[in-house]
Amino acid sequence: MLFSNVGHYSLIFGLIISVILILHSIKRLNDNNIILGKKIFYLLFSQFFTVVLSLIFLIYSFVISDFSNQTVYNNSHSTKPLFYKISGTWGNHEGSLLLWMFVLTLFIFIFFIKSKNQPKNYRLLTITFQQIIIIGFFLFLLLTSNPFNYLYPVPKEGLGLNPILQDPALAIHPPFLYLGYVGSSIIFSSSLAALIQNNVNKEWAVHIKKWILSTWIFLTLGIMLGSIWAYYELGWGGFWFWDPVENVSLMPWICLTALLHTIVVLEKKSILKTWILILSISTFTLSMSGTFLVRSGILNSVHTFANDPGRGVFILVFLLALVLLAIVIFFLYQDKNIKVEKKIFWMSKETVILINNWFMMYFLSVILVGTLYPLFLEVLTNNKISVGPPFYHKLILPFLVPFMFLMAIGPNLKWTKHNFNKINYQQILLLIVALIISFLIANLNGVNLLFVTVVIAFGFYLFFVTLKDFFEKKYNISQKLAHFAFSFFILSVLFNGIFSTEFSANMKIGDKIHFDEGIIKFKKIETYNNKNYKSLVGSFEIQDKKNNLINLNPEIRIYNQPSILTSEADIKTSFFYDKFLVFNILKDDNFFNVRYQIKPFMLWIWISILLLATSGLVSFIKKIK
Amino acid sequence: MKKNITYILIFFLSFFIIFILYKSLNKENVYIPEKVLNEKISNFSSKDLFTENIINSEDFILKNKYSLINIWASWCLPCRAEHEILMEISKDDSIFLIGINYKERSVNAKSFLHKVGDPFDIIFTDKDGTLSINLGAFGVPETYIVNSDQEIIKRYIGTLSKKQFQEIKKIINK
Amino acid sequence: MKIIKFLLIVVFFSITLQNYLFGKENKLTVEKISKNLRCLICQGQSVYDSQSDFANSVKIIIKKKIEQGKSENEIYEFFTNKYGEWIVYDPKLNIQTVILWIFPLILFIFGGLLIIRKVFIN
Repeated sequence: MLFSNVGHYSLIFGLIISVILILHSIKRLNDNNIILGKKIFYLLFSQFFTVVLSLIFLIYSFVISDFSNQTVYNNSHSTKPLFYKISGTWGNHEGSLLLWMFVLTLFIFIFFIKSKNQPKNYRLLTITFQQIIIIGFFLFLLLTSNPFNYLYPVPKEGLGLNPILQDPALAIHPPFLYLGYVGSSIIFSSSLAALIQNNVNKEWAVHIKKWILSTWIFLTLGIMLGSIWAYYELGWGGFWFWDPVENVSLMPWICLTALLHTIVVLEKKSILKTWILILSISTFTLSMSGTFLVRSGILNSVHTFANDPGRGVFILVFLLALVLLAIVIFFLYQDKNIKVEKKIFWMSKETVILINNWFMMYFLSVILVGTLYPLFLEVLTNNKISVGPPFYHKLILPFLVPFMFLMAIGPNLKWTKHNFNKINYQQILLLIVALIISFLIANLNGVNLLFVTVVIAFGFYLFFVTLKDFFEKKYNISQKLAHFAFSFFILSVLFNGIFSTEFSANMKIGDKIHFDEGIIKFKKIETYNNKNYKSLVGSFEIQDKKNNLINLNPEIRIYNQPSILTSEADIKTSFFYDKFLVFNILKDDNFFNVRYQIKPFMLWIWISILLLATSGLVSFIKKIK
Repeated sequence: MKKNITYILIFFLSFFIIFILYKSLNKENVYIPEKVLNEKISNFSSKDLFTENIINSEDFILKNKYSLINIWASWCLPCRAEHEILMEISKDDSIFLIGINYKERSVNAKSFLHKVGDPFDIIFTDKDGTLSINLGAFGVPETYIVNSDQEIIKRYIGTLSKKQFQEIKKIINK
Repeated sequence: MKIIKFLLIVVFFSITLQNYLFGKENKLTVEKISKNLRCLICQGQSVYDSQSDFANSVKIIIKKKIEQGKSENEIYEFFTNKYGEWIVYDPKLNIQTVILWIFPLILFIFGGLLIIRKVFIN
C-alpha cells in the first residue's frame, strides 16, 4: 500500500521533471554559455532515480506478493518461484512499460554524460525531443496503465502469470528488446536535433554510430531470445513463424541494419545525409508502431496476451504526433542542410552500400506489407485474408541471391572509385566450388527445388569469400565477422528447413513404433506435484538407425493459477542436430499425441546470431578506444 | 513546389495509415465467413448415437420445415450452458433438432443426456471432428438453422443466448 | 582455363535444370499442407502447430483427402470454400491481393531508379 503510493507519486514527480527539463533546455538554447552545467545533470539523474524507485517498489510488491496492488494481483501468485515473481514484474503490460521508462531515462542520462564533446545546442535539442517522448510515455503509464492501482478489499491470492511466460529466456527477452527499441528513440531525437542544428556531418556520424551499434546489438539479441523461447516453448520445433508480432520486431532491425551501413558512408564521405535522417526516423517509428501493434492486440498472433483498445488509441495518437513532429522539422530545416552532394562513382563502396540499402528496404517493404495488408483489407473491404510463411518465402528468397553476392564482393571494393583492372579468378573459382557443393548436397538428398539450390550456392559463396578474407592482411574484422555470420545463418536456416524430419503418432504407454529414422518406445509416465503446477513426465526411448539409444523426457505441465496446460519439449542438442520430442494429452484418455523431430543445425542458427551480435560488439569496442 | 507536394503526400499518407489502424482497433477478431449463409449444406452421414445405425442428414432435413443442427459435447462447458435453451426449443414441434456429438465417447454422451434430459430428435456421432469440419464449423458449441431446402438460414458460433433464442422462435413461428 | 570453368558451369546447370524439369514430384504430406493452413480458433497458429480439436480434425481430413488422391490445390480449395480465404497462409493473387504481391516489387523498381539517378545522373 505504502510502496504503491510512493511508486505512483515518484512517477508523477518524474513527469514534472520532464517538463522542467524541456523548459530549461529551451531557455538555454539562446544563451552564449557553451558549457552545460550540473543543473541538467541533476535533473536527468533525479528523473532516472524516480523511475528506478518506482521500478524497485513494483518489483518489491511482486516479491512480497502484495495483492493490494492490482498489477501484482493480475499477474502473480504467492506460490510462484521467486525468479518468476521478479521477471513477472515486466511480464505484463504495466510493468513492461515501467521497464521501458527505466531504459528511456537511463539512456538519456547516459547520452548526456557521453556527449560532452558535441555542440551545446545539439545536446539540448536532443534532450528536449527525448523528453517529449518520455512525457508521452509517462502520460501513457499514468493515464492508461498505472502499475500502482490499489485494490480494496485486498484479495487473498493473485491470478497468476501465464505459464508459457514463466521461462528464463522470456524473463530476459523484453529487457533486451526494450534496450533496442529505446536506443532507437535516442537515434531519432539526436537526428532531429542534428537536422535543426545543421549538424549532420562526419563528427555526428562518429558520435551517433556508437548508439546505432549498441541499439543494434540489443535488438539482435532481443529478437534471438524471443526466437529461442518460441522454439522450445511454442514452437513444435519451429523458431520463426512470420507471425505479425515477430515481424514487428524484425522491421526496426532491418531498418537499423541499413542505417548501420549507411552511417559509415556519412562518416567517410559526408554524403547521403537526407537518407540517413529518413532511416533514423523510420527505425524509431517502426519500433513505436511495433509497440502499438503488440500492445493494442489488433494483430492475430501467438504472442498477444492482453489487449485494450483504449491503450491502442493513446499510442496511436502519440505515434501520429511524433511522426508529424518529424515531418514538420524535416520540412522546415531540410533545405538548409542539404547542399549539392558530391557525385557517386558507380564502381565504389558507396554504390554497393546504396544497393545494400535498396535490398534492405525491399525486405522491409515485404514484411511491412505482409503484416499490415490484412488489417487494411479488412477495414476497407471487410474481407479477411492471412499472410503467412509462403508469402514471405516467395518474395524474399529470390532476392537473397544477388544480395549475398553483393555482400561477398562489396566490402572489398574501394571508397570513391574502384579500379576494376582484372577479373578476379579466385572469386570465380569460389563461386564455382560453391555451386558444385550445393548442387551435390541437393542432388544427394533429393531436394527438388532449383531455387533453393541456387540460394544455398550463394550462401556458400559468401561463406567462402568471407572465410578467405580472414586470412588476408587488411580487413575490417567486425565487418568480416558480420558477413560471415550472416552466410552461416542463412545456410543453417536453409539446411534446417530442408533436412528436418519428423514423426508423429498417437501412442499409449507401452507402445513401440517403427518409423523411418528408427524405433520409438513410450515407456512410462510419472506424475510430480510442484509448487505451482502438476507435471506429467513422459519417458521415451528412441533407437536410431545406428542402434544408438537416447532417452527423452518431455513434460506436460498442468498449472493451477491460472489453470493452463503447457507442453515442455525435451530437446537433446548436439553439434549437428537437435532431437526434439514433445507430447500432448488427447481427449481419448489413454492416448498421447507424440511428435519427434530431428532438426539439423539448430545450434548453428543461434551461434551465427551470437556471432552477428559479437561483430557489432567488436566494432563498438573499437569505437570506444 | 515539387517538394511541397511530396510533404503533403507523406502527411496524408501517415494520416491514412493511422486512421486505418484506428479503425482496426475496433474490429472483432471472431470471424464468420459470409458466404456460408444462404448456402445449401451437403448431406452428411454417420452413426446414430443410440442405435449405432448409419443415418443420413437428408432423411430428416428434407422432411421438416425447419431443422436446428447443434454441435455439442458433454465435456464442453459452454454447451452445458445452452442446454436449457435447447430443451426449451425442443418443446416446439415445428422444428426438428439434430445433434452432432463432437469428439466424445458415446457412453459419456448418453449418461449426460440421461442426467439432464435429451432435447434432440436425432443425434449423429462425430468421433474425429471431421463431420463438423465438413459443415464448416469451428468447434463446439455451434448451431445452424436450416430449412427444408437444406439452406442455412442462421448460424450461431458459441453459446446460444436468450436473445438468439427469441430470434430462433421468431423464425420458426413465421 | 576460363573455357573449362565456363563449360563446367553450363554442364552443372543443365543437369540441375533437367532434374528439376523432369524430376519426381515432391510427396504430398499432411505436414506440408497443415503448415499452410491457419488454425482458425487459435491465436495465430498454423494447423500444424496447434493441438486444438479443430486443428486435429483438419489434419485428419487432410490425410483422408491425400489418400483419396486429391491435389494440393484441391485440398486448399476445399478449405477455402468452407472457411474463406482466411484459412490459407498463402494468399491467392487476385484483385484484392494484387497490391500485396506487387507493392514490394514496385518499390524495388522505384528504389533501383533512384539509385541509378543518384549514381549516373546528377
